[in-house]
Amino acid sequence: MNISITINGKLVTHDIEPRISLSHFLREHLDLTGTHIGCDTSGCGACTVTLDGQAVKSCTVLAVQADGSEVTTIEGMAQGDQMHPIQEAFREHHGLQCGFCTPGMVMTAADILKNNPNPTEEEIRHGLEGNFCRCTGYHNIVKSIQHAAEQMKA
Amino acid sequence: MGTFIGKPIKRREDARFLKGAGRYTDDIKLPKMTQSAFVRSPYAHAKIVRIDTTNARNMAGVVAIYTAEDGCGEYGVPCGWQVNFKNGETMREPKHPLLAKDKIRHLGEAVAIVIAETLEQARDAAEMVEVDYEPLPAVTDPQKAMDSGAPLVHDEWPDNAAFDWCIGNDRAEVEAALASAHHVTEMEYRNQRLAPNAIEPRSYIADYDVNAGKWTLYTSTQNPHLIRLLLCAFVLGIPEHKVRVLSYDVGGGFGSKIYHYTEEALLTWVSKEIGRPVKWTSDRSEAFLTDAHGRDHVVKSKMGFDKDGKIVAHLTDEYCALGAYLSTFAPAVPTYLHGTLFQGVYTTPLIHLNVTAPFTHTVAVDAYRGAGRPEATYLLERIISKAAKEMNMDPAEIRFKNFIPPFDGVNEPGYQTQVALQYDSGNYEAVLKRGLEMLGYEEFRKEQEEARRNGKLLGVGISTYIEGCGIAPSAVVGSLGARAGLYEVGAVRVQPTGKVSVFTGTHSHGQGHETVFAQFVADKLGIDMADVEIEHGDTDQVAFGMGTYGSRSLAVGGSAIIKSVEKVLEKGAKIAAHKLEAAEEDLEYAEGKWTVKGTDKSVSFGDVSLTAYVPHDYPEGLEPGLDFSSFYDPTNFTYPFGTHIAVVEVDSDTGKVHLKRFLACDDVGNVMNPMIVDGQIQGGVVQGVGQALLEEVVYDEVGQMLSGSYMEYAMPRADDVPMIETDRTVTPCPHNPLGVKGAGEAGAIGSTPAVVNAVVDALSHLGVTDIQMPLTPQRVWKAMHA
Ligand code: FES
Ligand code: FES
Repeated sequence: MNISITINGKLVTHDIEPRISLSHFLREHLDLTGTHIGCDTSGCGACTVTLDGQAVKSCTVLAVQADGSEVTTIEGMAQGDQMHPIQEAFREHHGLQCGFCTPGMVMTAADILKNNPNPTEEEIRHGLEGNFCRCTGYHNIVKSIQHAAEQMKA
Repeated sequence: MGTFIGKPIKRREDARFLKGAGRYTDDIKLPKMTQSAFVRSPYAHAKIVRIDTTNARNMAGVVAIYTAEDGCGEYGVPCGWQVNFKNGETMREPKHPLLAKDKIRHLGEAVAIVIAETLEQARDAAEMVEVDYEPLPAVTDPQKAMDSGAPLVHDEWPDNAAFDWCIGNDRAEVEAALASAHHVTEMEYRNQRLAPNAIEPRSYIADYDVNAGKWTLYTSTQNPHLIRLLLCAFVLGIPEHKVRVLSYDVGGGFGSKIYHYTEEALLTWVSKEIGRPVKWTSDRSEAFLTDAHGRDHVVKSKMGFDKDGKIVAHLTDEYCALGAYLSTFAPAVPTYLHGTLFQGVYTTPLIHLNVTAPFTHTVAVDAYRGAGRPEATYLLERIISKAAKEMNMDPAEIRFKNFIPPFDGVNEPGYQTQVALQYDSGNYEAVLKRGLEMLGYEEFRKEQEEARRNGKLLGVGISTYIEGCGIAPSAVVGSLGARAGLYEVGAVRVQPTGKVSVFTGTHSHGQGHETVFAQFVADKLGIDMADVEIEHGDTDQVAFGMGTYGSRSLAVGGSAIIKSVEKVLEKGAKIAAHKLEAAEEDLEYAEGKWTVKGTDKSVSFGDVSLTAYVPHDYPEGLEPGLDFSSFYDPTNFTYPFGTHIAVVEVDSDTGKVHLKRFLACDDVGNVMNPMIVDGQIQGGVVQGVGQALLEEVVYDEVGQMLSGSYMEYAMPRADDVPMIETDRTVTPCPHNPLGVKGAGEAGAIGSTPAVVNAVVDALSHLGVTDIQMPLTPQRVWKAMHA
């Protein structure tokens, strides 16, 4: 099937098998390997991207379902060398260790802050519910998002 | 503190991860690369009657299909540690074939591998491979595996034991002391089986270069050199110098990526057969079925006390599952990494532990974050808290009573335990005092009473752990059965411009070595951190190192680097003396330059570096270059310790445990980067909380896994845990140059019993004395209503 998706601001047109997931499409066909696969069954959140502005687990979206949509992946967050405030905040607050869950965490954080620019700790934790991190114990991820919220207000 | 040492320097690895530019194995694509999929057994124990690959071979895109018949790696994957039976009989060591031949011994064991042009094609074809099995009865519980008549995992032996083992004082003496003790506390439980669950699944690419006769293996390992050695010398019989193992970014390990797995050996073999690169990345279901698990001990224990609450004796019997085959370090985990910690932080005069370690029809059990030490700590910290309750003592008070008094290992000697080890340095009272202070313990007890009056179930749990890191020296671990050394290599290559490349045999998969190692190297050389680069994870670049596990990287790997730094400075001083026309003794080194004492005559590190490589005006007889490699074999383990305190509230209607606060005061020796140490502790704590409250791998009677996905295997999510409050004391390690102990596992070791103690404390007035982990609402509710 032929699909056209705007990915990180660029229009991409591809002929793909209908059974291919968005995550697989991004990684294998477009070499956007920042989107990670931790489970492939919507359990871990490592594959989170935004689809028309909303966070989705790209392993459970078919690429064909994204036809005509706008997708942002982790590679689309920084502007050249200028990291997004959320990325900066993760670095500042040691919100990552092995880095594998990180792209999903950053994309989910973007979604949390878009819907709620002043989240409480509880709201942040609730918003991260779909994302596993096995390294950080979430402590510094929560702190990073709190810090990002402040920076983005300023 | 130096300019960088001791500072919360931000990590240099973060930028690539945050931009999605990490280089994990599955991110790598090679030209002409093929994909693969395994055909795995749906039974835990079965005879393989027939394998038919005919239909599969005709599927689109299939390049090749292999089964055990094709003769791949017939020696199988070896075990790296030998623990013999108490009576001297040799450990039973089954062959672990790369693909099952004739018989299946655990669910998910691989029967065939399918290679195809795309992953979809490989998976489609794998489904078309026909295998007829004859299912057999299975045994998955380690205690039941030792029952007479239990199904045998390996037919060549009369029972399932791989070995049995004991440590400590004479059993009869310990039993006698228990018989005459004022009070004896008993516990029986299972330290449940866990799945490590690094979020990055295992992934391998093998690439055979026909013209060069060389292999490159990209692998998500914690341990590149050991993988190369085992793969070459033991499994495939190929020359070690013709294999390059690369592990770039690795998405967490927690032990599960230490071992040499059948898949990486098989792919290496396949790549030569097909003359093309081949990739395999585990999916999550395969990870549950094939990554080595952790824990799984069935425990029966007694601890005796005198009337003042001092421990007089401790006796424990355990059955510890090993799985169907012996994973790389499996025999060490329930023995030398476990029994040797039975002293804990207490003066217990008599200790005996007996371990029976059987094969089971399950995937292997090996080291998982803490490896044997969390199991020891759980037992000690639960039983002493249980005893306190039974003897009407405060859990803090009973600990203070039994602590080994402070010793620094310099002015006082190390502490000799009853279970073989000599602790390096410790001050256990100090961390408990600080922990209680952090909580406001007295106040909390009042609050708890008040809460109880209002029908609320509030509890506090304490755990005061010790652990052993950086296990060594090699000769000692060799005498305990290790088939490897446990030293580390560290090389410092000063470039002509004075920039420094450091090569370490340890491997970073979240620990931040690229930052921390650069911190202390820059400080010791008095140069900028930006001038130091840390290289790891490439066997062609780095000399034979031992990888990262057991919280060893800084204590062992860091020490090796320091040795090389010292050699650089020593040789540099000779060159500087020549340049300054002064005697070496008259020079001092600081801030990146050698200065003639009492003068302003100096020469910089950069100048000396250049001179070393452009040796025109040069000391006579001195070799050019400034490039040193050192091996460091420690004289002892290091022993971090700490106090963890959990505060919980139990929902009286549902039994759900709400972890309200978690406080940790740890002592990991000197700290290079407090931000990273805190991060390690926080992450470890939450993993330990996972064991206490949520996680368990469950096999049913026939060996099917009931917890094989994230739908059934619960791990801590962000809203299951609070912020982790951390503090530390500093008791330097007396025997390594940085005075460091290790922080990677401490969190997971200390936290589990603290949480369970807190829940039992919350429910103690209801008569609850113990609950089996994980403390699910159902189990808690049942205990409340028993
Ligand atoms: S990979 Fe999509 S949720 Fe885990
Ligand atoms: S940083 Fe490793 S899984 Fe989150």
